[in-house]
Amino acid sequence: MRRSTIIVMAAVFGLFILSWILRSTSLASVQEHYLIGGLKVTFSAFLTLAILSFLYKDNPFYKFAEHLFVGISAAFWMSMGFWTTIVGNLIPRLSRSLSEFFQVPYQPGSYNFVYFIPVILGIMLLMRLSSKYGWFARWPLAFIVGTFAGLNFVRYLRSDFVEQVSATFVPLLVGWQGVGHFVSNFSLSASGQFVAIVGNWVIFLGVICGIIYFFFSKEHKGAFGAASRVGIWILMITFGASFGYTVMGRISLLVGRITFLFRDWLNLIS
Amino acid sequence: MKRQVPLIITFLIGMIMIFSFFIPPLEGLEQTCSLFFDVIAVFAFFLGGGNLMRIHINKLRRRKKDWGFSIVTLGGFIIMLAAGLLKIGNPGGIAASPTTEGALLQEIFTYVFLPLQSTMYALLAFFVASASYRAFRAKNREATILLIAAFVILLGRTPFGMMLTAWIPESFSVLQVPNMAIWIMNSPNLAGQRAIMIGIGLGVISMSLRLILGIERTYLGDESA
Amino acid sequence: MLDTAFSIPLVALSDIGRVISLLVIGGGLLWILIRSLRAKEVDRRIVFLFIFIAVAAPILFPITFQERATLIVKRVFDKVESSPAGSKVLLAFDFDPAMAPEVQPMADAFSRHCLEKGHKVIFMTLWATGQALLTQSLERVVRGEYPDKLDGVDYINLGFKAGNENVLNIIVTDFRMMFPTDVNGVPLDSTSIFDDVKSCKDLDLIIAIGGGKPGVKEWVLYIGDRVNVPMAAGVAAVVAPQLYPYYPKQLLGLLGGVKGAAEYESELVKWYPHLKERGTPGLRMMGPQTLAHMVVMAFIVIGNISYFISRRRERIQ
Repeated sequence: MRRSTIIVMAAVFGLFILSWILRSTSLASVQEHYLIGGLKVTFSAFLTLAILSFLYKDNPFYKFAEHLFVGISAAFWMSMGFWTTIVGNLIPRLSRSLSEFFQVPYQPGSYNFVYFIPVILGIMLLMRLSSKYGWFARWPLAFIVGTFAGLNFVRYLRSDFVEQVSATFVPLLVGWQGVGHFVSNFSLSASGQFVAIVGNWVIFLGVICGIIYFFFSKEHKGAFGAASRVGIWILMITFGASFGYTVMGRISLLVGRITFLFRDWLNLIS
Repeated sequence: MKRQVPLIITFLIGMIMIFSFFIPPLEGLEQTCSLFFDVIAVFAFFLGGGNLMRIHINKLRRRKKDWGFSIVTLGGFIIMLAAGLLKIGNPGGIAASPTTEGALLQEIFTYVFLPLQSTMYALLAFFVASASYRAFRAKNREATILLIAAFVILLGRTPFGMMLTAWIPESFSVLQVPNMAIWIMNSPNLAGQRAIMIGIGLGVISMSLRLILGIERTYLGDESA
Repeated sequence: MLDTAFSIPLVALSDIGRVISLLVIGGGLLWILIRSLRAKEVDRRIVFLFIFIAVAAPILFPITFQERATLIVKRVFDKVESSPAGSKVLLAFDFDPAMAPEVQPMADAFSRHCLEKGHKVIFMTLWATGQALLTQSLERVVRGEYPDKLDGVDYINLGFKAGNENVLNIIVTDFRMMFPTDVNGVPLDSTSIFDDVKSCKDLDLIIAIGGGKPGVKEWVLYIGDRVNVPMAAGVAAVVAPQLYPYYPKQLLGLLGGVKGAAEYESELVKWYPHLKERGTPGLRMMGPQTLAHMVVMAFIVIGNISYFISRRRERIQ
């Protein structure tokens, strides 16, 4: 190991210990187990800074944090899945003795034996880990694919197609009471009639032109091409709006982390 | 057997899920299939964990690059798994929620998992800013439209945007930046997103049909296996 | 007309800090502009540093703004406010720590609003991480601020179940098939909150909070469009634009990101002023958000200025 690496690691370790001591001291008056409390906050701050250090360049601290996250994340989901679904939903239907052991209410039923089917399929899924018997996993995979395909077919057809087409048929003349009324009340007020009418026209034509753009079976020429071009413009506005929201979202995450560092770790803000 | 049975399973389950929507007596069967799925999903979590262990143990044994970090992964995995499955330190005992306050699982989640995941995503703020400086160029008409829309949204979603155009009278209030941002979201953005949604919806519908009817078989893997 | 106010606090150390921060950021941006005009590369780590300062400075020296709820947010607020006390409201905490800074403020605001109104709140989640975050939220908001509210009577925590959309596919007709007990193993049949609730059809309002998959879209597809129950959403900003097609027919309202949370909080403290002292993290985050947005916009402008200048130079050459 290089000398500079050893110096950096020693410095980080020293700062860790210093932070732990200082944080524990500040928690001594409010918490009973202030040493553990100080260690927890210091370790969280260390992990936060380890990830942020990637902005300078890739380094062993970042790699440590990244690898730790992968291991913990997988185990967390496994634990939660076991207790909530296996113990919560499967065991009560399969075994009275196990239900008593795990202290969950037993759910008797004449057809409970069918719940051995997902257990068998689940075990077959685990065989994916074997190179020789991995093909067994195709059966549960087929079950998963069939479930999703069947569910999505109807739901997407209804909610993302029929409902969306229906919602596109908006009134193109909003609150129409004649040309005279429209002209006399004309304004660019955000809640005015003109803006509402323009908005609905944009929605109606925008959806049609956007869909035309995605129709690649016909060459985009002439009127079709013009509509496709309008569709691109609408989509560009959409993507611009998405970018704006994305920036906002990502900044919020950073605000959250910096708030943690300043408030919980360094105690600079209340 | 290796490929025919899965295709039959996909077809039968897919059909049950579709027809139960239109035939209420089949609803019970559909829900039982959903519950089966939920249980299989947990086995999928175990598969993921098992695969992770296999990869990192392999890396450790063969002393591949950065094998030392595999110890970190495996160590974290085992500690978290023990904390979760054994409900170590859970004040409520075996019947309580695994995430009860004070349980070791919840403590590791709060002080290790949470800062790690939050910070990983917080990094994106920096890269978004860097991309804004280096990559976001008004090179053509379409890019300019995108840029202008993004600008209006960025400005309109902050109080500064309101301060900038607060002087505009009510009769022209659509030109106030926050109102422009709202109009962009409610009209052109809605139109574009709806067009994309309809396109994706049609794609999902056709893909679902292809899967159920066995035309699409890529999920079964290699033909020779 | 939307109204806003830039609060002018008394001269204090925080004011000096604010001024210094703004000068540092302004000066730095000017330096970047000059370097860009001279066609000199700016190290991306400098850009990273700027964003850090732009976010950190308003956290240390808070800049506060007032917010006013836009219609898309107000519709959600009005629905919760106008629903009679005792209404059954389901709050789905479908998010993980990566989204928590954005959506946790709105989740807490919804919880407080529902409990202030005396609604019966059913908490659940489709994300394993959501259950851990839900536990924290319940400790902090429900048990911490409303100790008189009873578990199983005024609220209940159903926790997490694996299966994504399939969980929704079951609870749309039968809650107990998926959740025979609450998160602590108490049978649903022994709780009064579930006395007259068999499925999602028996709810009065569903509020889905999240930003990934499974999330609001799945709630709309599997529950909202199937049962005649009003549905609202609070989502991370990244996902918000994609949900606008569902508004207002399939979603009665939508809170997008921290801005949405800030708007809801502003409406909440207007109607319930005593809630202000319990914290308004959404409103507090608008200060750093605003400054960071300014910096990003400045980067876009500076980047394009340098692009056009270099393009003109190439043409001349």
